[in-house]
Amino acid sequence: MAEFSKLSCKKGALNESLAGLFKDMLEKGVVDAVLVPSHQPVKGIMQTLIADPAKLDSADPFAPVVPVNSAKLVSSLTNVPSGRPVAVVMRSCEVRAFLELIKLKQASVEDLVLIGIDCLGRYENTDYLKLEQDGVTTQSFLEAVLSGKGTEISKGIDVAPACKICEYPEPDNVDIKLCVIGSGPDEVYVEWVSEKGKYVLDKLGIEAGDGHSGRDEALKQIMSERISERDKVFTELYEQVNTLEKLQEHLAGCINCYNCRVACPVCYCKECVFVTDTFRHPGDQYMSWGDNRGAVKMPAETLLYHMTRMTHMSTLCVGCGQCTSACPNDIPLAELFRSIANRTQARFDYHPGRSLDEPQPLAVFYDDELVDVTGQVK
Amino acid sequence: MSDEFEPTIVAFLCNWCTFTAADLAGSSRLSYPQNVKIIRMMCSGMVDPIYVLKAFLDGADGVFIGGCWPGDCHYINGNLKARRRVALVTEILKQFGIEEDRFWLRWVAASDGVMFRELSKEMTEKLKELGPNPLKVNKMIA
Repeated sequence: MAEFSKLSCKKGALNESLAGLFKDMLEKGVVDAVLVPSHQPVKGIMQTLIADPAKLDSADPFAPVVPVNSAKLVSSLTNVPSGRPVAVVMRSCEVRAFLELIKLKQASVEDLVLIGIDCLGRYENTDYLKLEQDGVTTQSFLEAVLSGKGTEISKGIDVAPACKICEYPEPDNVDIKLCVIGSGPDEVYVEWVSEKGKYVLDKLGIEAGDGHSGRDEALKQIMSERISERDKVFTELYEQVNTLEKLQEHLAGCINCYNCRVACPVCYCKECVFVTDTFRHPGDQYMSWGDNRGAVKMPAETLLYHMTRMTHMSTLCVGCGQCTSACPNDIPLAELFRSIANRTQARFDYHPGRSLDEPQPLAVFYDDELVDVTGQVK
Repeated sequence: MSDEFEPTIVAFLCNWCTFTAADLAGSSRLSYPQNVKIIRMMCSGMVDPIYVLKAFLDGADGVFIGGCWPGDCHYINGNLKARRRVALVTEILKQFGIEEDRFWLRWVAASDGVMFRELSKEMTEKLKELGPNPLKVNKMIA
């Protein structure tokens, strides 16, 4: 049975209450540090590894911005484990990507207490900095969105397109959940999900009971809205980008900067083939392309790059939308990659981040499967 | 026009079975269509999806991967890995208008020169029906 603790927040004191919870965890020795989105000294929000309880005042876990998908950050923190317990605060897309990195042996979960937060979407980094300057706070964001006013908080500024089609407002596979959906920012419910979560509950000695009664209903509504939005995007993309030329059109602004793969939490190659000698062609190569075709677009091999990325990451794509955010030319990449991912993941009945026990599609193979590929029977 | 169209098929053949079968076809004087351009690989499991994409993006009308029958792989299971990758790449190609019939994975035993010839003919005929790789209209893509 799930156990919840209600975190009593004074009106407007959401971050204070959450900082209190983390402080308790540090002071009672449950963890040695907390990785949590925090206000930076001058401006902006970044994930910050906080070991000193006095520095938790800057923590803002629900801040509606994700400058970097934390899966990559937590991978840096754990790929060579420190052996010291750390709590990390992540939203669903980050947790799901992180699980995939664990399967790829690029991260480990042993030392971690995973704290998942409800997610109502994130703004692009530049937009968030503007909002911050205009005095929008996490509190006011949560209030506005949870009361049904929508995510377009200031005119022309809305959450990332990937978030509008994300069916995971709630994190799964975490130890502790921080829930605001259904209850609002003045009533955060802490759900102690796993054994590790319950161990933390024990250590902290907080009382636990039932959750907020309105939560399931509220979650269901958000999910159904986003799923219908998502399916619309899929259908549109499948119809519109259905030839290689249309794909070329979709990617017309691409300058081969490869930012999308840098930002992608599940683009797992330690060295991307596109920055190796394989693609550092001698001048002769370009000249012979020119001779054979009459003309060569430069930078060349744009489609090859994006399609190769699809073969590498699409089965693991969690739809976090960092590719779109990283694109200097505003190409709607998240829609493209997610739609393709939907197809390839369905082929292998695979959902990235669903379970640590499910092997990744290209990591296993069986004798008696996929016979339709060759259609041959001995 | 379709009478004159001669498709180009890039064939990645595993050294141990399908390539040997092609060799056998040759030494048995079984002729197979010149449309099939063979690249010998040590294993069908060596065919990186990027080779397939590159072939199509450079204008190949079809790509054929030949491997050993399941259970017969010289490297135990390279062919099974190839099968997973083919299933994946097919999903992606299909979305962008490269039909499933342009991308074949087939098992051909080393002793089966006849089967290699039959498959070569079959794929060439199929591609003649389908026509050229749609990308050929725009030769500027590398």
